[in-house]
Formats: sequence, C-alpha cells, structure tokens
Amino acid sequence: MTKPHPKAFLRRAGQLLATASVAAAALAFANAASAQTLTIESWRNDDADVWNTKIIPAFNKKHPNIKVQFKADPPTEYNAALNARLAGGTAGDLITCRPFDASLDLFKKGNLTSVNDVKGIENFSDVAKSAWSTDDGKTTFCMPMASVIHGFVYNKEIFDELKLTPPKTMAEFHAVLDKIKADGKYTPIAMGTADQWEAATMGFQNIGVNYWKGEEGRKALIEGKQKFTDPAYVDVFKELASWAPYMGDGYKSQKYPDTQNLFTLGRAAIYPAGSWDVPIFRKQADFEFDAFAPPVVKAGDKCFISDHTDIAVGINAKSKNVEAAKTFLSWVASPEFAEIYANELPGFFPLSNAKVEVKDPVAAKFVGWRGTCESSIRNSYQILSRGTPNLENELWNVSAQVMNGSMKPEEAAKKAEDGLASWYEPHKK
Amino acid sequence: MTDLTASQIHSADAVPARSRFPVHIAVFLAPALAIYTLFSIYPLIDTIRLSLYTGDETGARSFVGLQNFQTLLSDSNWSGQFWNAFRNNLIFFLIHMVVQNGIGLGLAMLLSLPRLTGGSVYRTLIFLPTMLSVVIIGFIWQLILNPLWGIAPSLLKAVGLGSLFGPWLGQESTALLTVSLISVWQFVGIPMMLIYAALLNIPDDLLDAATVDGAGPFSVFWFVRLPLILPTLGVVSILTFVANFNAFDLIYAIKGALAGPNFSTDILGTFFYRTFFGFQLQVGSPTMGAAVATAMLIIILLGVLIYLFGVQRRLQRHTF
Amino acid sequence: MGTTVRPGRIAVHIALVLYTILALGPILLILINAFKTRRAIFADPLGLPNGQTWTTIGFDRVFANSDFGLYFFNSLTVTVVSLVLIVLIGAMAAWALTEYKFPGNTLIGLYLAIGIMVPIRLGSVSILRMMVELNLVNTLTALILVYVAQGLPLAILILGEFIQQIPKDLRDAARCDGVSEYRIFASIILPLISPAIATVAVFTMVPVWNDLWFPLILAPGDGKQTITLGVQQFIGQYVTDWNAVLASLTLAIAPVLVLYLLFSRYLVRGLTAGAVK
Repeated sequence: MTKPHPKAFLRRAGQLLATASVAAAALAFANAASAQTLTIESWRNDDADVWNTKIIPAFNKKHPNIKVQFKADPPTEYNAALNARLAGGTAGDLITCRPFDASLDLFKKGNLTSVNDVKGIENFSDVAKSAWSTDDGKTTFCMPMASVIHGFVYNKEIFDELKLTPPKTMAEFHAVLDKIKADGKYTPIAMGTADQWEAATMGFQNIGVNYWKGEEGRKALIEGKQKFTDPAYVDVFKELASWAPYMGDGYKSQKYPDTQNLFTLGRAAIYPAGSWDVPIFRKQADFEFDAFAPPVVKAGDKCFISDHTDIAVGINAKSKNVEAAKTFLSWVASPEFAEIYANELPGFFPLSNAKVEVKDPVAAKFVGWRGTCESSIRNSYQILSRGTPNLENELWNVSAQVMNGSMKPEEAAKKAEDGLASWYEPHKK
Repeated sequence: MTDLTASQIHSADAVPARSRFPVHIAVFLAPALAIYTLFSIYPLIDTIRLSLYTGDETGARSFVGLQNFQTLLSDSNWSGQFWNAFRNNLIFFLIHMVVQNGIGLGLAMLLSLPRLTGGSVYRTLIFLPTMLSVVIIGFIWQLILNPLWGIAPSLLKAVGLGSLFGPWLGQESTALLTVSLISVWQFVGIPMMLIYAALLNIPDDLLDAATVDGAGPFSVFWFVRLPLILPTLGVVSILTFVANFNAFDLIYAIKGALAGPNFSTDILGTFFYRTFFGFQLQVGSPTMGAAVATAMLIIILLGVLIYLFGVQRRLQRHTF
Repeated sequence: MGTTVRPGRIAVHIALVLYTILALGPILLILINAFKTRRAIFADPLGLPNGQTWTTIGFDRVFANSDFGLYFFNSLTVTVVSLVLIVLIGAMAAWALTEYKFPGNTLIGLYLAIGIMVPIRLGSVSILRMMVELNLVNTLTALILVYVAQGLPLAILILGEFIQQIPKDLRDAARCDGVSEYRIFASIILPLISPAIATVAVFTMVPVWNDLWFPLILAPGDGKQTITLGVQQFIGQYVTDWNAVLASLTLAIAPVLVLYLLFSRYLVRGLTAGAVK
C-alpha cells in the first residue's frame, strides 16, 4: 500500500526510541541526584502557591541549606497515592497527616516516626496533639499545624436587600430561610449532596455540636453512653432533612465546586461553610460576605463549634534526611510559621499556643467563636471509624440520603448506630 | 497448510540438525514473553498470593488461606457491598450490550449502505469521542448535566421537554443509568467500526442474489446479513464484557471512590479501589483488596470461559 | 432500504447527522466556552464568543500555573515509544506464533490471552514494588514497560491475523534463496504489516495516552506527569475557576483532535482493515 513509508517510519521510530531511552535515563539520574531536598507530601493542592512563594522562602531565610519541595495530590487521591508510595518506598520525607486513625495507622505500620523529641512540640496543648497521638496519649507522631472551624457564610448584600439579620437560634434560622425563599430571587442554602461529604461535615457536624453539646456528647458516644438513635442525633438528621426545600435546583447532583460557584456568583444567600472556604471566596466573590456561628437549638443555650484538628505534618520513617526534617518540624511549631500560615491561608487556624492575629475579618470572626463558644471536634473521627463498616463513610452516605429525602431521619440514625454496634464493644448492647 | 510448508523448508534450511527448539523462534518470542511475564503475569500472580494473607496493625502479614474470601462472601458488611457492586456492574454491562452495541449496529448498517456520500466523514466524526480521555469525558458531561450551568435543562426546554430534566447524576434511581450512558456515548465508535468492517466483508453477490429472489430490505438484513456478522457480534460482546468489568475511571472521575448516592454507582472497580487504598477515614487493606481483585479476575475468567465454550463454539469461528 | 429513491437516503443522512451532532456537541461546547468570560459562560453557555465575551484569561492562567508543554511531551514520548516497542516486539512474537509450528505454540497463545482479559491494574502494588527495586519510579521508562506489557497480547493477536494474510509465495521464495529467518522477518514481513500498525495503534495507543492510573502511581512526580494526570491535577486545584478548567480541557483535547483528524484515514482504515482484507 505505502511503499517507502515503513522503512522511513521505522528509522525515525528508532531514533526516537534512542533519544527517549537516553532522556529516561537522564531523568532517573536527576531524580537520584536531588536526594538532599526535603519533599512534603500533601493533599492541600489549593495551597501550593502559598507554600512555594511564602512558607518555603520564609523557612529558607533561617535555614538556607535545606531545600524544600511541596508536592500535592488532589485531596480525594491523597490517601491512595500516599499509601502506594509508602508501600513502594518512594514517598517524600515529610508527610502531611490527616487527623486520627488514618495517621495512627501509618504510625503503627512504622511509616511515621515519633516527634516527642522534636523541639517545639511543647508549644501544643494535649487537645491539639490528640488527633496525632497514640490512644494512651504518650507518643505524638505528627506536628499539629491547623484546625478548621465550621459555621455559615452569608452574602451580606442579599441580607441587606431583604433586611435580614444573622440568626442566633434554629427558629430564627428557619425564619430567615423562609423569607429568602418567599422573595424567590435567591437560593436560600448553597449546598449539594453529590459529593456526600458536604452533607456530613458542612451539615451534620456543623450544626450537630449544638445538639449533642460538643465534647460531652462526643465522649459519651465513644464510651457508649449515647447512641446515634438518641433524640439529640435524630434531631440533627431531622433538621438536615428540613433543608431540602431551601437548596438549589438539582442539588442532588450539585458538587462542592458547584456549590462554591453558586455562592460566589451571588445566586445564593447562605453557605454552610468550613473556614477553609474563606480564602477562595475572597478571591472569587465580588460582593461583601460575613459569617454567623451555627445557630443554637433554643435561645439561651450554650453554643458549641466544630473546631476540628485537621492538618499536621510528620516524618517519613524511611526518610534519609531525618535531621533536616526535624529542623523543619521545629520551625512549623514556631510562632513565625503560625503567623504566616494563619494569614496566608485565612481559615486554617494555628493550633500552637502562640498568640496570632488573624487579619482577614471573616476568618477572624470564625476564630473569635473560640472565645464565646466551646470547641469540639467531629464525633466520628476518634476511634469510632476504626471498624467495618466505616462510621465516617456511613455518615456521609446517610446524611446525603436524608437531605435527598431517600431516607428518614430515624432510619439514618439507626443505620449509623447499627453499623457501629456491629463491631464496637461499647455500643453492643 | 502454512505450518506444513514452513516446517518442511526448515528442515531443508540451515537450521542446526535436529535441535529440539529452533533458536530463531526463541529469539522472536523472547522479548515479548519476557516483558509480558515480568510486568503483567507476575504482578497478577503476586496479587492472588496476597489475597491469601492478612495484615495486622503493624503491617506484618500472615497466611490465612481462603479466609479473606469467606469474609468477602459471608460477612454482611463485606458481602452486601460486594454483591451490590457486582449487580451494578452487571447492569452497567447490560446497558452497554443493549444501547452501545445496538446503536453501534444501527450506525454500522447505515454506514454500510452502498454509495453513501460522506460515509467516511460520519465514521471519522462519530468515532472521535473514543479517542478522548475518560477524565475529560467525565468532566465534560458533568458540566453539561450540571443544574447550575443549565445546558441540559435549556436544551430540553427548547424541544419542549423541560419538565423531564432532573439531577440525574445525583439521584439513586438514575445515577447508574446516566453514568452508563455517558460511557456508551464515548465508546459506541468501537462496535460501530467492528460491525461496519464485518458488513463490508459480506460479498455483494450474496446480497444481490437475495434481492433478486425477492427478499425485502428487512429480510435481507435478518436472514442474510445478521447471521453472517454473528461472529463479530460475539467478539464485540466479549470485548464489552471484559471492558465493563474492568471499568473504573469514569465512575471514579464523576462520582468519586464512594460511588454515591448510597453506592448506587459502585462497581467492582471502585469497590476494589476503596478496599485496597482506603478512603478518607477508612484505612486501606492490601490483602482484602487483593481478595477483591482476585474475585474480579475469577468473574472475568468465568465470563470469558462461558463465552468461549458456550457461545463461540456455536458461532463456528476461531480467534486463535 | 439500500436502493430506494431519495426520501430514504435523506432519512439516513438525517439520522447520521443527528448522531454526529450528539457525538461532537459536547466537545464543541467545551471549546467555545473556553474562550468566554466567566459571566458569559454561565449566562449564555451555548453562544459563540463575541467581541464582548471573548477572553483567553483561562489559557493565561493555565500557562502561568502549569507546564502543559512538558506534560504533552511526556505523553507523546510514552505513547510513541510504547507503540513502537509493541509493534516491533509484538510482530516478532506474532510471526513466530503464526509462521512456525512448535511444541507449546497453542499454550503460549492461551498464556497471552490472559493479558487481554485481565487488567494489569489488579497487580498495581506488585508493579510498584518492582519498579522501586529497579529504581524506575518517577521515570517514563516505568510507564513504557507497563504499557508494553499491557498492549502486547492484543497486538500479537491483531498482527497474527495480519501476518496470516500475507501471501506465502514471498517468504517461500526467499527461503529458497537461502535468506535467513531474521532477514525474512525484517525485510519482508515487517514492511508488509504497516497497515496493521494503525489497528494496533487504535487499540493500544488510545488507552495509553488516556491512562490516569499508572501515571498516578508510578510517575506522579514533578516534571514527569503525562497530560491526563496533569489535567486531572490542574482541575483538582482550580476546580472552581471555570475559565481555567475549560482552558485546560481544551488544551488536552486540541492536540488529540488535530492528530486524529490528520491521521483518521489511516486509523479508520486500520480498524476496518483487519476484517476487510
């Protein structure tokens, strides 16, 4: 068919093959030569710019001879990719730690080292360290970095236009929602259930702390003194179910980025938020926005917030640069790091005892609730997500289903409780 | 025939007298077998081996025989998810068989009409989505079906069907169907091309003879063309089966590893991924994951065997 | 159906045109919206960009924040080298299996068939461990080796059918002249199977170019990402920024589109050739 072509093609292909193998060899060599650098594994791909332009240069001012490279995977792929690389021995020197069992598992498998002897660890309280310590609290294996706080962000211009004031109680919250819905121009609540985790964290954990009284309920759940079928928990699911009519068209297939866009385009009034949303809104919203704390159940109730220990950093046990890594961790524990982190990434709040001033007014409002309300962490994270079925996965699933109307609040509570009771002793009764 | 002449010539050739295995055959086969064995078969066998072990908290492994499979099939926490994924996978496959291969067959019939103008243009354009990455396809369709952007609803409204629109990707009842149809949309070009090629292969005189005998277009299709392309339809079916039971990327790209809502889009590939690598607070288990992978392997092999011995024999054609 | 007059033909064309629109519409939609402002994307998704809504801000952001040229080069290297190796090594094996009768021939055929049915992905962790021992992690070589192993079985099957169709007289004549088996393969068979390269390309190159899994596990490092992984990572990072997302999708689609339209004749011919000839 084509006579002269094949030979020419093969010759060209041969050349390409030769150059490619040389190139591949060169790449492999370059990889080996850069071993003196510290590499950070992270899921915070949103923060890559801040790390590269602010945090790492600040560190290098003090320690010019330690090179640091920030490498991030998308959050949903982080656990899988990290585990694969740890198994293969190719993971970076520094590992960004998820809270509680995911990291505890890494420590138990010998992938993370203890950081008890790293200078600066004394700057953190036991509560701050709890998410990255063994059950007996004796060994800490990651240096705490930041927590995130839940609450509600609202579009101030819409609130002014409709003459609304931020609600303090659930009754007021519903009154506000009704007014926005009655006006008809805006979607009252920006939230979707397609990604499922929004329903569980921005919904269930966000408002739930006020129902189960923060740490009191969280600890009672771990001890088996409370169950998901108790009224407090069923009520949270009931409340979530009541949000459905206020959410946008097609919220069932609305994903997290859609939710963010819905709010930043000015089409929605209230956004159940995590404080990490604040910097993104700063960049994309061209209107003024503010925040209110999760409304309490009844007027006069004490308020609680989900102030969740979210992110820390530990040392890969197989790292060849342990000393340099410890130097870096000590710096992460310093007030200087806390200052940079809190202000470059408003919405991530330092866990160290250092006093840091948060400049972003909305982020400052979030962190200000620490003074007026009591902090707690998400109730599914410590111990309770160790078995099969995994409680956190179950909460995602049932919270989304309750909001979709495909499951009744009582059924959701029962499913979560049954799953837990199937493997967790204190709940087997 | 071929082999006969070839081997006759060998003995007349300069091949060293009576060497049991001719060197040049080994040379021709060695690179392929080496790479294939090392990077394909060995890892698979290693996975099967791993499925017979279990790991404790520290990651130390111990041999447990078939216990992982027992857990997978009898522990309700595992078996529920496993059979759910299997059932969804089966539905995923059936939708492809009916819709993808049905449309592919229809398009191939149209394209193989004699003296069709622009046939190659149609072929080229319809095959185009197959060339694109699943990641990209997944993203494109999410945007189109996105209620916020509103393309799908406004298009439906334009043809007077606005009320039909729903958040299809987010409803338990429609999510799996929607994802399947997106996959159909992407891959319909493959059955179309294969069937088209088979149709071209049918000698014209056969069709002419049938037409002369007074057969209408429908009976020509039903009694002449369809039986002649049955072997190709068989090949298409088995390719679809293998591809569908290996699927992962599209659902992962659109619905994530938790394959919601309420696991309604969970197929074996996503179930394997979740088990193997873990998810959010769920810690991954390489050994249970290997057990799931082995189960997938068995399912695929069973399907292929059923095809080879149950279906292909009757179609009277040998692929090897 | 075939020989009826005009009306039937028109119906056929209407059906084909409609399906072509369905196949291309979604892709075109991405391309046109990539050049519009954020407001216009949401306000009028179906409109073409005009003087007011035209912008390339998304592309600027993509080029400023990622290394698409490099990703593209990586993908091209991996795909082309894999394809060449698959065709060359595959043709050798296919030649051996179809031309010579020797003990174990059928067995090897069946052994190779396993690879068509079972995805290598199920052996990922072992592959990763092996690549670490070979010191190949974060290299394109690792990807190439896996893709060659993955593509070989099907390529051998396709090439085998092709080689069978090559007239026997050529090689028999050569053998009578005392030409070695290697020379027969290299100078007679190899040039004659060039049409099959397109067929093999469709079935092996497309999955390689589009693969997300192995780049994610074997070569996720800076500078070695393939374009699919690069796009995935970029979208993950800028997911709320639709200008950037649409621009990155366009950049990922465009080269494939151009290459496909340039070579589609060979690809389509290759796809149908196996059965036609």
